[in-house]
Amino acid sequence: MSLDLATTRRIAKLARIGLDDQEIEAVRAQLGGILGWIEILDEVDVEGVPPMIGTSTNAALLPREDAVTDGDCQDKVLSNAPDREGPFFTVPKVVE
Amino acid sequence: MLTDLTIAQAAEGLRKKEFSAVELTKAHTDAVEALNGRVNAYITVTPDKALEAAKKADSTLSAGEAPALTGIPLGIKDLFCTNGVRTTAASKIIGNFVPPYESTVTAKLLENGAIFLGKTNLDEFAMGSGNLTSAFGSVENPWHRKDDASVLVPGGSSGGSAAAVAAHMAMGATGTDTGGSIRQPAAYCGIVGLKPTYGRCSRWGTIAFASSLDQAGPMTRTVEDAAIMLTAMAGHDPKDSTCADVAVPDYRAACGRSLKGLRVGIPQEYDSPLMATEKGNDILAAWKKGAKILEEAGCEIIDVFLPHTRYALATYYIIAPAECSSNLARYDGVRFGKRAEGATSLDDLYEKTRHNGFGEEVRRRILMGTYVLSAGYYDAYYLKAQKVRTLIQRDFTQAFQKVDVLLTPTAPTAAFARDEKPEDPVQMYLNDIFTVPASMAGQPAMSVPVALDDKGLPLGLQLIGKHFDEETIIAVGSALEKAAGFTARPDLRAGVSA
Amino acid sequence: MSYTIEGNTGTWEIVVGLEVHAQVISKSKLFSGASTLFGGEPNSHVSLIDAGFPGMLPVINQACVEQAVRTGLGLKARINLESRFDRKNYFYADLPTGYQISQFEHPIIGTGVVQIELSDGSTRDIGITRLHLEQDAGKLMHDQDPKRSFVDLNRAGVALMEIVSEPDIRSPEEAGAYVRKLRQILRYLGTCDGNMEEGSMRADVNVSVRKSASEPFRTRCEIKNVNSIRFVMQAIEIEAARQIEIWESGGEVDQETRLFDPHKGETRSLRSKEDAHDYRYFPDPDLLPLVVEQAWVDELERGLPELPDDKRDRFIKQYGIPRYDASVLVAEQAIADYYEEVAKGRDARLAANWVTGDLFGALNRTGRSIQDSPISAQALGGMLDLMADKTINGKIAKEVFEDMLETGDSAADIVERKGLKQVTDTGAIDAAVADVLARNADKVEEYRGGKDRLFGFFVGQVMKAMAGKANPAIVNEALKKVL
Ligand SMILES: [Mg+2]
Ligand SMILES: [Zn+2]
Repeated sequence: MSLDLATTRRIAKLARIGLDDQEIEAVRAQLGGILGWIEILDEVDVEGVPPMIGTSTNAALLPREDAVTDGDCQDKVLSNAPDREGPFFTVPKVVE
Repeated sequence: MLTDLTIAQAAEGLRKKEFSAVELTKAHTDAVEALNGRVNAYITVTPDKALEAAKKADSTLSAGEAPALTGIPLGIKDLFCTNGVRTTAASKIIGNFVPPYESTVTAKLLENGAIFLGKTNLDEFAMGSGNLTSAFGSVENPWHRKDDASVLVPGGSSGGSAAAVAAHMAMGATGTDTGGSIRQPAAYCGIVGLKPTYGRCSRWGTIAFASSLDQAGPMTRTVEDAAIMLTAMAGHDPKDSTCADVAVPDYRAACGRSLKGLRVGIPQEYDSPLMATEKGNDILAAWKKGAKILEEAGCEIIDVFLPHTRYALATYYIIAPAECSSNLARYDGVRFGKRAEGATSLDDLYEKTRHNGFGEEVRRRILMGTYVLSAGYYDAYYLKAQKVRTLIQRDFTQAFQKVDVLLTPTAPTAAFARDEKPEDPVQMYLNDIFTVPASMAGQPAMSVPVALDDKGLPLGLQLIGKHFDEETIIAVGSALEKAAGFTARPDLRAGVSA
Repeated sequence: MSYTIEGNTGTWEIVVGLEVHAQVISKSKLFSGASTLFGGEPNSHVSLIDAGFPGMLPVINQACVEQAVRTGLGLKARINLESRFDRKNYFYADLPTGYQISQFEHPIIGTGVVQIELSDGSTRDIGITRLHLEQDAGKLMHDQDPKRSFVDLNRAGVALMEIVSEPDIRSPEEAGAYVRKLRQILRYLGTCDGNMEEGSMRADVNVSVRKSASEPFRTRCEIKNVNSIRFVMQAIEIEAARQIEIWESGGEVDQETRLFDPHKGETRSLRSKEDAHDYRYFPDPDLLPLVVEQAWVDELERGLPELPDDKRDRFIKQYGIPRYDASVLVAEQAIADYYEEVAKGRDARLAANWVTGDLFGALNRTGRSIQDSPISAQALGGMLDLMADKTINGKIAKEVFEDMLETGDSAADIVERKGLKQVTDTGAIDAAVADVLARNADKVEEYRGGKDRLFGFFVGQVMKAMAGKANPAIVNEALKKVL
């Protein structure tokens, strides 16, 4: 399966990884190569096979009790912020 | 030399007061200082913290009742978040990140008395098989080919941990394994690397690459040391929903256990075109040697078939990127990490930050994962891969009805040179061909060094066990290790060279 | 009652489906132990899990699962014993991990039904497609800084139930009735406080129009995050009109997400198809399938409170009150409880009249809710008791009620204090009758001449003479005897 430039651009946009035109072309070629290699899976008949869910064989979701056991750690939450204003994280202005 | 001891020997020496934890730690911080400039096994070193902890360990030891790892200096893969110590995942994007929390696995090791020397180097976000994608420079494998000064890769992604342990810059180290990232570097560096059953160790506080595959495990110079470390690292954690509530045995007790009547499977599909070459012949020979050792130890050697093995790698390169594309979405320059300058809009901030912050391989995998999950492709790629994964797991389930453990090579080649790195990413991915199937199925697996190839480089064999049966692979591994008598050490190591 | 819109080319029908996001009542968040309390310092009710820190993992909150199942039972819906959590991937500043944990392919609750009641007394069943659990996002503030928006993650990770209806709704009134009914059920169950002003309930409204019920559905638009019932109704009307105008002028309605602006009275495009999201849903590998036991579901079902429809039907039967009154009385659990306490062992119809009439009037006037009614159910009951044993009559009761409102005193105390006890002494009443008739000899003549209407006049005069305290029945009897 070969990958076209428009799709590659769309993927880069979805992933929010800004790529310039040269990089887009390189990525297109590399991903195309990997996708070609992955085509080996076409050989596998998966008719009636369920997809694997959860890697552990003997685990089920264990819910926790409803209690406030976390939070109230504003200093930790903000400790690594690259830019902040008082108790807030900041981003470039978003127009809604 | 104190740096030549195994963990088991050092623990005994500490208790017999042959030396102190401070002396043992100092020997290691000195070794790190002497060697790290060249090996680059550590991204961050914390000698002061280590010596401080060593003092405490000495008083615990004097008081008696010290837990198993008290005073044992370890390296910690820089993917485990460590409270107050920079944790980078070898990426620029969180190159300045200081977690205000401690991962469950490292917290357990600290509770067990271990001393942390620093954070070991890795492929960026654990994505790689050669330790060539770290934003903090690559790691040099302490081993070298006979009469050849080429710098070899230590394997990846836990290459910093593997090199540190091999070069005696740590007594043991933590690794994480997603598709072979503990076992393959262990094989390349001539040490033991154990990937436990998925769900055996908590993933809480370990930076995620591919959540359904990531597992933490020990990297050591002996199987016994791996058993000691795993006993401390494993166990249920209510903070990780995928972590199993299964009791943790004393794994060390499995070392030296009799192998009489144990059935060892030889998967017929575990060969590779690479092994047909001259380079690979030594690996085939080592594999045969391993089987012979086990047969002599009383095991029954049985051919088994894992017919979907040939699809495991392609499946892996759909599932792991898919999960990583989602797991790495949080690195956006808003709450932590490095934010790109001069962004004019929110999307611009995301795109610049993520373009500048991630290296090429990480970007490639994120894009690959985004693609296979995107509308119109999900069924053809991701869903299909998860179905193939079911088949891979069934292969193992069926094989384990006939045998107790599987014996395979760990990697198709010995360590390769940095400048032999293939341009084509697919060629690079082939390094994981033997390790990926067990990862896909969640089986525990361990690499044990058994021989040197004709260039003098270490070769490892892989043991794959049933879910939550690490004990059997430890028992078999310790027998294999003993009979193989692998005592070779790299030329680049503490006390020998700098 | 069919609702249609007359266009230039004929009559149009509207088709509406609603996705209601209801905040689950729980102490902590869906996947973290941080508090769900509204308000609070910015970024204080936030755990490192909510903020998407490296290595953080979600753990499901049992209470949220329970609330979803109880809600499903209240919506008479199928409970899926196995459900899954998926990641919905997109980038936004209020979404710390870059994905929302939601349930896409396997929701916890399947199809159900809600019965709505319309103003003409008719009822309709609105189908429920599904209910699933998901995380709320954080909040952005845009007004504090010229160049930056501020991010507060206090709400990030709070549990929401997304309740999706079938496209069964055919008028703004039905949409309003549906949201009201849904809110009523959730409040009865105690699974969501239904507070739309604080955003604990909000609706995404899907609107399309078509020429007739036999025509297939046309392209719909989704109006996001409408936060009041009135706005839901307005938005539908305005959006339907917009779409009809496009179709009638030969255009094509684009499938898109729109925003309702109540100030301008318009909907406008939020996102066009070109930059439509591709959410790349996939099962969250950090979470295993969620499995619940049928026995546990049965236990929850046994523990459900009586729901509004059942309560209404019981009220009609048990208390013999009209359906309309019963519906009004079950609007809120607290009102129904209040009414039942007043009605217990008393004249239930009279109780209904006082509660829906004077009491509601007084609460409306003073802007209070039943919970902080100045007159307790016991107090109102005490007043009805005084009426029943003829201590006071209906007219005096009104006065007593007003006094109770003001002073909070008991009816008996007020009657005592003001000396309002009804006079049943026939001697005193006879004397008053004689006096009134003597003073109005001309009117007596007219009455006897056949002007029957004057009887009321005499009653009024006698009551006035006795300061309203006379027993009206005895007055009537006495007057009839003399006249
Ligand atoms: Mg929705
Ligand atoms: Zn939703």
